[in-house]
Amino acid sequence: MIFSFKKFFYATACSTLLAGSAFADAVTVVSWGGSYGKAQDAALFTDASRDSGIAINRESGASMSKVMLQVESGAVIWDLVVTGSGGAANAAKNGALEKIDFNVVDVSNFLDNTYTDYCIGSDVFATVGAWNTEKYGEPGTPGAPNSWADFWDVEKYPGTRSLRLNNVDGVLEPAVMAMGIPPEEVYDFLSSEGGIDKAIDKIRELKPHISVYWKSGAMQAQLMKDEEVDFITGWNGRFDNAKKDGAKVGYTFNQALRDYDCFAIPKGAPNKDLAMKFLGEVSKAKYQANLPFHITYGPTNKEAYEITTAPKELIEALPSHPKNFSKMLAVSLDWYANNREVALEKYMEFLSE
Amino acid sequence: MNEKLLKSAERKEQLLLTALTIPALISVTLIIVIPVGWLFSLSFLGKSGDFSLENYQKMIVYKSYFRVFKTTFNVSFLTTIFCILLGYPLAYFLSQVPKKLVGIFMITVLLPFWTSLLVRTYAWLVLLQKKGMINNFAIDMGIWETPIKLAHNLNGTLVGMIHIMLPFMVLPLYAAMQRIDRQTMQAASNLGASPIQAFWQIFVPLSLPGVAAGSLIVFILCLGFYVTPAVLGGGKVIMVSMQITAILEDQFNWGAASALGVVLLVTTFIFLLLASRFLKLDSIMFGKH
Repeated sequence: MIFSFKKFFYATACSTLLAGSAFADAVTVVSWGGSYGKAQDAALFTDASRDSGIAINRESGASMSKVMLQVESGAVIWDLVVTGSGGAANAAKNGALEKIDFNVVDVSNFLDNTYTDYCIGSDVFATVGAWNTEKYGEPGTPGAPNSWADFWDVEKYPGTRSLRLNNVDGVLEPAVMAMGIPPEEVYDFLSSEGGIDKAIDKIRELKPHISVYWKSGAMQAQLMKDEEVDFITGWNGRFDNAKKDGAKVGYTFNQALRDYDCFAIPKGAPNKDLAMKFLGEVSKAKYQANLPFHITYGPTNKEAYEITTAPKELIEALPSHPKNFSKMLAVSLDWYANNREVALEKYMEFLSE
Repeated sequence: MNEKLLKSAERKEQLLLTALTIPALISVTLIIVIPVGWLFSLSFLGKSGDFSLENYQKMIVYKSYFRVFKTTFNVSFLTTIFCILLGYPLAYFLSQVPKKLVGIFMITVLLPFWTSLLVRTYAWLVLLQKKGMINNFAIDMGIWETPIKLAHNLNGTLVGMIHIMLPFMVLPLYAAMQRIDRQTMQAASNLGASPIQAFWQIFVPLSLPGVAAGSLIVFILCLGFYVTPAVLGGGKVIMVSMQITAILEDQFNWGAASALGVVLLVTTFIFLLLASRFLKLDSIMFGKH
């Protein structure tokens, strides 16, 4: 039995060609798992693909570090990737993203600060404090939590807490506000001498009550569904969807952290031009207008608010609604650009204690 | 003349034998030497891409790295101890039951061994969590009133890891126990030893190579564990592999992650070296006598 390299080579080459041709014109779109990806499929991707005639491959598990790995190793397989605004800023700084062609992607109707030269906002979301409503009451009712100080108040709201694991995004701001510092001064405080340490000291106070740390949006929802924790930080849309699934969960936009998710194209994406076209398509108001039906994240395209058929209650429940907008603290990309590394190292240190 | 021929034949054979090891050498180089060497070289690259010790310096400056190693060794050690305590009686039982029945009992050891690690870990989460099956059952039966914290901590992690590691302890133990000559026990009784004396003075010492082999396998596999502590530890039990992932996923810092890998590799080697000084590793691992 002699193993034939020739045969092997031809077989491999043929199968690669076949696989290549099958997907040659399909844009690989990568999002996150759980209710977020499903909402994007239902509102954005399926319809935009049908209307534009651009075929897509949907994948899950988007992450900017995987994008950077692909770019660094010269083996880019993703075309359009969902990311947080901070992750996109960091990847762009490292030269891992393609510049957006604004002739193809129309952002003239976009909300302020929901796009950059390297990523186009897909939705506005909020990092909120969410709680078990059976234990602490429905949001807005007397006695229900209404601030980060309440999150830290284990006497008034006894029970278990959950914070983020291995990632410092949106972790320190709540602690600072819980210290009584007004939202508009949070980043000044964190930038001041010892600010990060003070915020972590505040989190340390809560440590005995933290029963588990969450790693993803899907896990936030699961922890509330399973009633594993009573009070948790997380992304508002995940909790609304958990509630739809029967979880007893509610949250407040008061002092929440306002941020946006966006689409980015990895440098050297195999179908870069087509991905840009598809990005232009999904950014249109007619698709974004459907997003609130599937997850309570606000469209970034202002026109979407005018043409959406979503009922008033749904629109008012979005983080981008003016009623909620003003209650929140906008996440500062600048602060993260300058301080993220140190803050993360210190937070990791706290986690290992 | 004959002698010359013989010699050249011998040389030919030697060359051929050496040549036969080449594929193995190549694959070892490709699969082990190059990647590990690459790991080492990456760990000495700083943020700027030049040679630097910053990745190792960071491990000294920030206590989190030391703590993570402490946790890793602590968890691995505890898992090994509990595996011995649970695995020894089980292996003893297996070595004593009639040969025909061993297969049936062995299945109970091997069945979980063949099930996906991820599935078993999540199964434990379903059992152990706050509103999980154990807590619900105990509260319904009135055994305890408020849910007990069984998962998302060190205990939950240990339960999961012991369950997963147990076969790795039982199999070498069983192999060692099977090799023990039954007649030595009979001889001991004949010389007046009670069954308990015979067990402790004859059986246990003869089974120790199995204990050592099982412990080494379990301990070293535990050092690299990721899924089980990540799921059942609730973010409170941070082991080295989890720290490596965190650094890669979140900071995209290959240098720092490689440095952690190097330190784990080196400490494991040192541990093996120490073990080989006190135990006869050859006889344990390869069954030589």
